[in-house]
Amino acid sequence: MAVLTLNRKELEKVIGKITPELENKIGMFGTPVDKLTDEEISIEIFPNRPDLLSFQGFTRAILSFLGKKSVKEYKIEKPEKDYKVTIDKSVKKVRPHTTCAIVKNLKFDDEKIKNIIDIQEKLHLTYGRNRKKLAIGVYPLEEIKLPITFLAKKPEDIRFQPLEFPREINARQILSQHPAGREYANLLKDEELFPIFIDANNEILSMPPIINSHKTGKITNKTKEVFIEVSGFNLGYLKKALNIIVTALDDMGGKIYSMEINDKEGKYLSPNLEPEKMPFSIDFMNKTLGLKLTEKEIIKLLEKMNISYENKNQSIALIPSYRTDILHEIDIAEEIAISYGYENFIPEIPQISTIGEEDKISILKRKVSEILIGTGLSEISTYHLSTKEKQFKNIGIKDFKTELIEIIDSKTENNILRTSLLAQSIEVLSNNSDATYPQKIFEIGKIFYDNEENETKIGEKESLCISLCNEKANFTEIKQTLDYLMRMLDIEYEIKEAEHPSFITGRCAKLMINNKPAGILGEINPFVLKNNKIKMPVSSIEMDIEMLLA
Amino acid sequence: MEKQGKDNDIQKLIESLSPNEIKILPFLKEKNINKINEKTGLDKTSIVRSLEFLSNKGLVTLKTNKETKIELGLNGLLYAKLGLPERRLSNIIAKKNSVSLQEAQKESRLNDNEFKAAIGSLKKKALINLINGNIILSGKKEGLIEKTLDEHFLESLPRKYENLKPEEQFSLNNLNSRKDIIEINEIKTLEIYPTKLGEELIKHDFSKSKDMIEAITPILIKTGAWHGKKFRRYDIESPVPRISGGKKYFINQATDYAKKTWLEMGFKEMTGTMAISSFWNFDALFTAQDHPVREMQDTFFIANKIAKLPDKKLVNEIKAAHEGKIKGSKGWEYEWKEEDAKKVLLRTHTTCLSIQTLRKIHEKKEFPAKYFALGKCFRNETVDATHGFEFNQTEGIVVDENANFCQLLGYLKEFFKKMGYEKIRIRPSYFPYTEPSLEIDIFHPIFNKWVELGGAGMFRPEVTIPIFGRHIPILAWGPGFDRIIMEFFKINDFRDMYGNDINKLRNMKIWRK
Repeated sequence: MAVLTLNRKELEKVIGKITPELENKIGMFGTPVDKLTDEEISIEIFPNRPDLLSFQGFTRAILSFLGKKSVKEYKIEKPEKDYKVTIDKSVKKVRPHTTCAIVKNLKFDDEKIKNIIDIQEKLHLTYGRNRKKLAIGVYPLEEIKLPITFLAKKPEDIRFQPLEFPREINARQILSQHPAGREYANLLKDEELFPIFIDANNEILSMPPIINSHKTGKITNKTKEVFIEVSGFNLGYLKKALNIIVTALDDMGGKIYSMEINDKEGKYLSPNLEPEKMPFSIDFMNKTLGLKLTEKEIIKLLEKMNISYENKNQSIALIPSYRTDILHEIDIAEEIAISYGYENFIPEIPQISTIGEEDKISILKRKVSEILIGTGLSEISTYHLSTKEKQFKNIGIKDFKTELIEIIDSKTENNILRTSLLAQSIEVLSNNSDATYPQKIFEIGKIFYDNEENETKIGEKESLCISLCNEKANFTEIKQTLDYLMRMLDIEYEIKEAEHPSFITGRCAKLMINNKPAGILGEINPFVLKNNKIKMPVSSIEMDIEMLLA
Repeated sequence: MEKQGKDNDIQKLIESLSPNEIKILPFLKEKNINKINEKTGLDKTSIVRSLEFLSNKGLVTLKTNKETKIELGLNGLLYAKLGLPERRLSNIIAKKNSVSLQEAQKESRLNDNEFKAAIGSLKKKALINLINGNIILSGKKEGLIEKTLDEHFLESLPRKYENLKPEEQFSLNNLNSRKDIIEINEIKTLEIYPTKLGEELIKHDFSKSKDMIEAITPILIKTGAWHGKKFRRYDIESPVPRISGGKKYFINQATDYAKKTWLEMGFKEMTGTMAISSFWNFDALFTAQDHPVREMQDTFFIANKIAKLPDKKLVNEIKAAHEGKIKGSKGWEYEWKEEDAKKVLLRTHTTCLSIQTLRKIHEKKEFPAKYFALGKCFRNETVDATHGFEFNQTEGIVVDENANFCQLLGYLKEFFKKMGYEKIRIRPSYFPYTEPSLEIDIFHPIFNKWVELGGAGMFRPEVTIPIFGRHIPILAWGPGFDRIIMEFFKINDFRDMYGNDINKLRNMKIWRK
């Protein structure tokens, strides 16, 4: 979740005093207020709106939404001499694309520099997927000599002083010694050649997506003009990211200049701030939203979302070039809905006739649990995830043949899917040895096993485990409970002798339904009881309840 | 009249006395349970219980005296015989002046912990030094031989805490910090004072009361022996021991109710597996393959399993949706990879059941259709007061050519009203697979603020077109359910959701809706 934290006073200067009504309104724009203090306001920004991740982007959108500003058109100045970036073919394998711009006329102060770094960092993290997808560099134009070349070299041949580092080191050393290098090393370390931007003096500007040069990559209060590059893998995304930054700089008072990008496929001018045209149908909007809006109303609603409209035999929405989230005309429907105000829709229940129906295993589970509760048992519920130790060793199973279904990188100690409920049941009794007896518990839940037939190669079935724990718990008692359950469900069964390490030999049996094994029951081995600090005898059954389906 | 009333009361009182109480009554002046025990032969528990009943009836006043008794613990008993570890070590050092650690331990026959404690204790008193693995006497020899305060104290046990001198209290703290040397027991003694009424009744002749009937027995009923006799009156106001009955797990009580609500609204139940392919959990729901939720730090992926994908046609449709190749959509503008879709995971939402159900609806041409699910979902998360790695979600979908946003709001309003939330707020939100998307907040009457409950929306064309071949409006919502449960059962710590503490479960109220 990305959170945009802004200085409250600065924001109030632009959008007015933040009253509870305005706070609510901000939430109804799709940017809920996460925290509000006298000094700061924190706003949650959903991942589809990276364009809102700056003071400028957010105020631009909210002012229009509040009807205080109309759609802004951004102007781009023509490139001046040497406003060129050449993409060398050496870089194509490691980091194929870049797109760039120049912004002048900037008046940076500490607050604005913080803003710029903030946008950059937030875009890296969200839209750039932690620099995997794209990385952004901003450089004081005064420190570099145009034109720029984007190329790749052997890491040993790349030497410069990385940002906030005391001396020059080579690219390999950057990955192992510089904090940013260490953090993002995995994005480059296996590459043969590393990408770099160099200027006309052969000075290294940066090594994306890791770090800028200390000499040419640091914005200060004196910086008036900047060179901006976005590099990465998907040109469409890079262009959006660049547009988000340059429009924010324009909103700060900057003037955008385009650059000529020379790629082997051809030349083009960057950035492109032309709105994107998204054709849509007014009928589809109304049908989706359940409204009856006219074209005129829709134009007004879209305007509040900074979207212009034109009609050339077809309704067309002109989407601002910094918007990343309009993929389909359905997205226009949401723009209209937000603008219309979610609170203004009138809820409606349609007259369609459908018949409710409970799943048959759900019904069975409910019935089994009703029968058992009727005998005084209480239901428990345990986690589906467990550990090898708990599932096997704790209940006396030393060598198990079952293949374990393991979880990758679990943040808890639980790293396998449970294969039985018996172990969980014994664990619950163990944790409750100071509660009064009798303790009579059961659980119905899924257990997991290998099954090559299934889509996931994992089988799942609903299992039932009952444990009776009291001074007189014995085989008879658990068999009685089973017998009652089976009689109530009108299911015939047989009991056959069995062996199981959790149970006492000679007091352990398997349950057979239609000549198929369906479960195991008996008196729990005192070794297991002692191991689990259970003070009373326990008799248990675990059975497959899907076999009880009529 | 007044006298008669009083006699009547006394008569009732007499009729209410149990045989044990009658037995005890003559000996109330003994003031001491042990004596009553000697005289009546009743066990102490029965005597205490009867005394409490007599006290309830106003026949006796009971005064409880607490006394703290200090006795020897398990190790204490042993040390009383063999001497404290430091004593055993002192004796050896006093004899030899200097001795190696190994030798000292061997000779003193102390275990590692005892030996360490003994060394520590003597060092603290500056009686010994450790040099190169040898224990050297560094203080006066008398210091070693003299009995310590601790030893004096130990010999004096058992003692009453109240009578300890300050230096003995110090020894007590010393010894109590060591394992099982000392046992401190609180002993309660009961002092018994008959009331005026009690004194009166002591003189009463109870020989007739012996004819009163205690319990009704089958024989009694059969023989009719109860004719003309009186039943002993019970103290109907006295508290009774608690019992507890069989009960459904509280979470399941709540899900049962939600299920009932869904069924009343005409929804069919959908179920499915918890382990599922990324294809169904993410790809079919238009969640980009580089979306952070698909990383291992957020989701439980299963090791060594590669899922089978459904039929090629559907897979290609989904690929097309992601790559922006279905009409009218830009997609995610990247190359969709089959391998990523084959990863197996524990479902992160019940929406994966909805998408699988949509496919069945398409095959059966079942329109309109309404389905619901209730189930556990998973996220790779540590457990604390507000989070867990398993959580409950409830899910509903409505498939209808004429479904629209107003209807989505209508269903949500109705569902949450039935769940007990009259006041809900709907606000814009974002999910990769719905558009428009919304978030449902409920108004929390105690915190006096809006609380986020879960998401809803209409499935995007990139979700519906691969399944149906065209866009059909589908309303979908999947609020988390745990918050509602925790609130109803007044659970403040998420760990209690699956704590299975039997005492807590026994005392938990039941779901009242």
